[in-house]
Amino acid sequence: MILLDRVTKVYSRTNTALDRISLHVEPREFVIIVGASGAGKSTLLKLLTKEEKPTSGKIVVGGLDYDKLRDKDIPLVRRKIGVVFQDFKLLPNKNVFENVSFALEIVGYGNREIAHTVPKVLDIVGLKGKEKRMTGELSGGERQRVAIARAVVRQPKILIADEPTGNLDPKYAWEIIKILEKINHYGTTVILTTHNQDIVNKLKRRVITISDGRVVSDRANARYNNEDSK
Amino acid sequence: MTKKKPNKPRKQGNHKAITFGRIIKTGGQNFIRNASLSIAAVAVMIITLSIILFSYIANATFAHTIQQIEDKIDVSVYLKDSVTEERRDQLISDIKNMGNIRSVEYVSKERALEEYKAANNDDIDLLLAISQTDNPLFALLRIKPYDVDRIDGIRDYAEKPEIKELQADETSYSGDRKEAIDNITNSTRLLQRIGIIGVIVFAIVSVLIILNTIQMAIFNRREELKIMRLLGASTWYIRGPFIVESILYGVVAAIVSVSLCEALLSVPQVTLSTSSFGLLDITYAGEFFSQRLWSILTLQLLVGIIIGAASSFIATHRYLKFKTSK
Ligand SMILES: Nc1ncnc2c1ncn2[C@@H]1O[C@H](COP(=O)(O)OP(=O)(O)OP(=O)(O)O)[C@@H](O)[C@H]1O
Ligand SMILES: [Mg+2]
Repeated sequence: MILLDRVTKVYSRTNTALDRISLHVEPREFVIIVGASGAGKSTLLKLLTKEEKPTSGKIVVGGLDYDKLRDKDIPLVRRKIGVVFQDFKLLPNKNVFENVSFALEIVGYGNREIAHTVPKVLDIVGLKGKEKRMTGELSGGERQRVAIARAVVRQPKILIADEPTGNLDPKYAWEIIKILEKINHYGTTVILTTHNQDIVNKLKRRVITISDGRVVSDRANARYNNEDSK
Repeated sequence: MTKKKPNKPRKQGNHKAITFGRIIKTGGQNFIRNASLSIAAVAVMIITLSIILFSYIANATFAHTIQQIEDKIDVSVYLKDSVTEERRDQLISDIKNMGNIRSVEYVSKERALEEYKAANNDDIDLLLAISQTDNPLFALLRIKPYDVDRIDGIRDYAEKPEIKELQADETSYSGDRKEAIDNITNSTRLLQRIGIIGVIVFAIVSVLIILNTIQMAIFNRREELKIMRLLGASTWYIRGPFIVESILYGVVAAIVSVSLCEALLSVPQVTLSTSSFGLLDITYAGEFFSQRLWSILTLQLLVGIIIGAASSFIATHRYLKFKTSK
């Protein structure tokens, strides 16, 4: 599903975010990426959505070689990937409902399907009754849940979740993780980054550890100690 | 959970209509939700569109004034009573073939008398004196040139001996006031020229100001554009609502600027004529405006819509680009 071959990302001469990263993710896999702050986790995910371009190396996602992708195909690629951005990236001019439905609108869902699907997903992330709120009026945790709802609503082939539980209390955090497990169960490849060792240890999934832009370990059913990576 | 359903293929034709509807709806929504920003943009557009409109009307009014003055300039050739009808017709067609001739009007002795009476109808003594005698006036040809500046051509023709001998009196230029008329014409011409340049300059400056305003409004919302891009929205789905929003600015601004002009031109005319130093024929400006109200409104709408749409098209462009450099 996802293949990275010696991918390097240099932001500036003194700032190498990723250094010859190679990894392979199977379809339907659930992968956790851990690593200290600044290790390069978000950068890695940004390469997968074409938000950033690698300095060198090869990236293939869903059979598409990113080097050969033309600009006009980029939106199509992005529509197949759901992303929970670390900084949420909610649309400021839209309310909660519209933020989530936007993800469906751009792939051409009809009004009836939207009216049917969006409330269900909002209910799942615990935002029932807040549909009409503008995103500026939401708490950090609520915003995060809107971001999650928006990422999962169109059942993407790949779900990228960059610290989706960073602003949530343990109860909600675990709810969100359960949503990710569920969507993974129905066939979506999930890539999750987190600093939360409880979550990593409870999930018992493949864990890739990144340090200073390099993969330092890649183990199935791994445990993770937050202190290690510091 | 809703996630059991596999992605269904979407219906294509329907899709386009729905998308179009959504773009319009979103544009309208943003227009209302960004009220403070919208008001600023609309205000700028109102001012610029009004300036264009006012200078356009002022220009038309100057043109009209000049035309009116020029219309009054004519050359009268007085014919002896002995000139036959054939000779007269011959003369008329010769003059018409001269070039620079707008019209040649034949005024018979009787008409000339009537006109004379009408012109002096407050001078009872004169009227009385005239009615006592036979018609003392001559028939005449009243010649109007296209280009007043080349009126000398008509004079030269009238001075030719074979033409001269048909005339009962000196050729009259309406003549003796020509110099005064020239002065007025020249200064109005100058004003009109300044007016045309003014309209053009204002139009260019307006376009730039509006472009800049919309560019700033969109700069403020560049994050929004980038987010939509990241979510995989197509270029037109992102750009469309911004264009709709700017078109709405244009529509509102056009309506307001036309209403503003309407209101101003219906202010008591004395006030206005005084404040424009009598240079503007306010009565005519009012007429000109109200006669063309609908076409002016349409024109303003078109200008507002085109400038608005083009500006937001240009302004969104840079935020819709993909990172293509490695
Ligand atoms: N747009 C950018 N321009 C320049 N440098 C960047 C940019 N984004 C990230 N970096 C740098 O790249 C390195 C990796 O950043 P990245 O955001 O990938 O870290 P991270 O692992 O996601 O950290 P965190 O856990 O805090 O989210 C950091 O040193 C960061 O300063
Ligand atoms: Mg990060």
